[in-house]
Amino acid sequence: MIEFEGVSKRYADGTIAVGDLSMTIPSRRITVFVGPSGCGKTTSLRMINRMVEPTAGRILIDGDDVTSRPAAELRRSIGYVIQHAGLFPHRTVVDNVATVPVLQGMSRRQARSRARELLERVGLTAQMGDRYPVQLSGGQQQRVGVARALAADPPIMLMDEPFSAVDAVVRDDLQQELLRLQSDLAKTIVLVTHDLDEAIRLGDQVAVFAQGGRLAQLAPPEEILREPADEFVARLVGRDRGFRGLSFVTAGDLPVQPVDTFVEDHRLTLDEDGRATGWTGPDGVRRLEGTFTAADSMRVVTDLLILSSVGAVVRVDAEGRADGLVLADDLTEVLRSRQRPRPSLAEER
Amino acid sequence: MGYLDEVWDYARENHHEVWSGLREHVWLALLPVLIALVLALPLAWLIGRFGWLRQTILAVGSIVYTIPSLALFLLLSGIIGTGYLDPLNVVIALTLYSVALLVRTTADALASVDDSVLQAATAMGYRPARQWFTVQLPLALPVVFAGLRVATVANVSMVSIAALIGLGGLGELFTRGFRLGFYTPPIVIGLLLTVALALVADLLLVLLQRMLTPWSRVGVAR
Repeated sequence: MIEFEGVSKRYADGTIAVGDLSMTIPSRRITVFVGPSGCGKTTSLRMINRMVEPTAGRILIDGDDVTSRPAAELRRSIGYVIQHAGLFPHRTVVDNVATVPVLQGMSRRQARSRARELLERVGLTAQMGDRYPVQLSGGQQQRVGVARALAADPPIMLMDEPFSAVDAVVRDDLQQELLRLQSDLAKTIVLVTHDLDEAIRLGDQVAVFAQGGRLAQLAPPEEILREPADEFVARLVGRDRGFRGLSFVTAGDLPVQPVDTFVEDHRLTLDEDGRATGWTGPDGVRRLEGTFTAADSMRVVTDLLILSSVGAVVRVDAEGRADGLVLADDLTEVLRSRQRPRPSLAEER
Repeated sequence: MGYLDEVWDYARENHHEVWSGLREHVWLALLPVLIALVLALPLAWLIGRFGWLRQTILAVGSIVYTIPSLALFLLLSGIIGTGYLDPLNVVIALTLYSVALLVRTTADALASVDDSVLQAATAMGYRPARQWFTVQLPLALPVVFAGLRVATVANVSMVSIAALIGLGGLGELFTRGFRLGFYTPPIVIGLLLTVALALVADLLLVLLQRMLTPWSRVGVAR
């Protein structure tokens, strides 16, 4: 558990980067700091491993003030990943990963063999260990950055805009990879991003920072979307917060119709394995935009419905066989019924 | 008898002088670069650590660089009380020039290291000294070597001037040629050997750099 107690950072010129921040970051969960640039989210992150020292207040890790240990020692117990990976260009990938264990006094040989295992763990090959960082793609470098942060098996990982410098497809892979790693390792992760979608996708808890280092809201992502604490948070989560919020609702409970139901005079065509191939109607075959499984979110289903050529979405089972249709009217009814019981904000207060 | 034979005969008849001139030239030129590097590293570290020192240190270096070398050779013997013919004068003078040059390139080399890499090193838990020696300095080496190559070649050519005060390695072949009424064979031999020495020294530095910075030569992915 990481606790901020009345932490402020004021620079010599009077700018306040972080103003009187108090919050608790739970262990073994991902907490995301999100906000516009200059809102103090990176400064707050960097105060945890004392890359920046606060001008007031204190930070506790499991009850101990971070200043109670020498800074270098503290930092070796906290993994750190930054935007462009920040790998050492003069060391091979495996030596990059071995950095912290070697600093902690592990023999180079032992650290290297452990580093090779870690490379495989983050989706690279042990052979890549002999290359230099410049020989890897941006996404691969970022994976090495994560492996390096994990090498000494620190309980805490700090990640500063770790996936901002890679393209959308690679970012998606890296995010998935992080969630997969986290489900195995259960680290206390603090991740900084300016991308709300990333915050929602990765965070167990999201801290929204506003200008002047003010903590505007600290809540699970679905709550941030459903009930923004103030005007600032509402603006940050944007117009499509309703749509984004559907990421947290399972599509498993949606009512389905049999696959041979006629929808707008069209019927689903299946191949011999039971896979959907298109919609056949009086004027020919219309294309199928995709399918979902019961494990997907309502966001996926709603998106498919918007794209659908007939006003229905196809559900498939684990083997990819079509096992039901969700009709536009049924989906709309489910979406509507979610909102009806909610009291207005004014009523609640 | 052709001119080349004349040069060759001169070299053969005077091979003792030519050889000892070459040897003297080598250490008079290279020893100062080595000492200068050892001095320039801490100075460059100071500049990196205390930014306000930069202007002062570099200004002093520039002033030293403007002193004519011949004057400096003679001045030094007066200041430190060595004889006019003491090779120490030459070594010290060339060391001063080399420091003036290397301090600037080394400070720039250290400053050119990507800040995010240094930040990452700090965040990994490096203490300052270890970080400087194992991260910042190695990454600065390509630029440090560029400075070393300039200083080395400059020194090889500057040693010859010391011949005017009787201590110039291969430069003495020039003064001898002039004394013999512009007799050219020793001048040609001195010239060829000076150029050859500069080229060989430069080549050795390039090889050393390649050995020390294997990472700077690998191809980029994608």
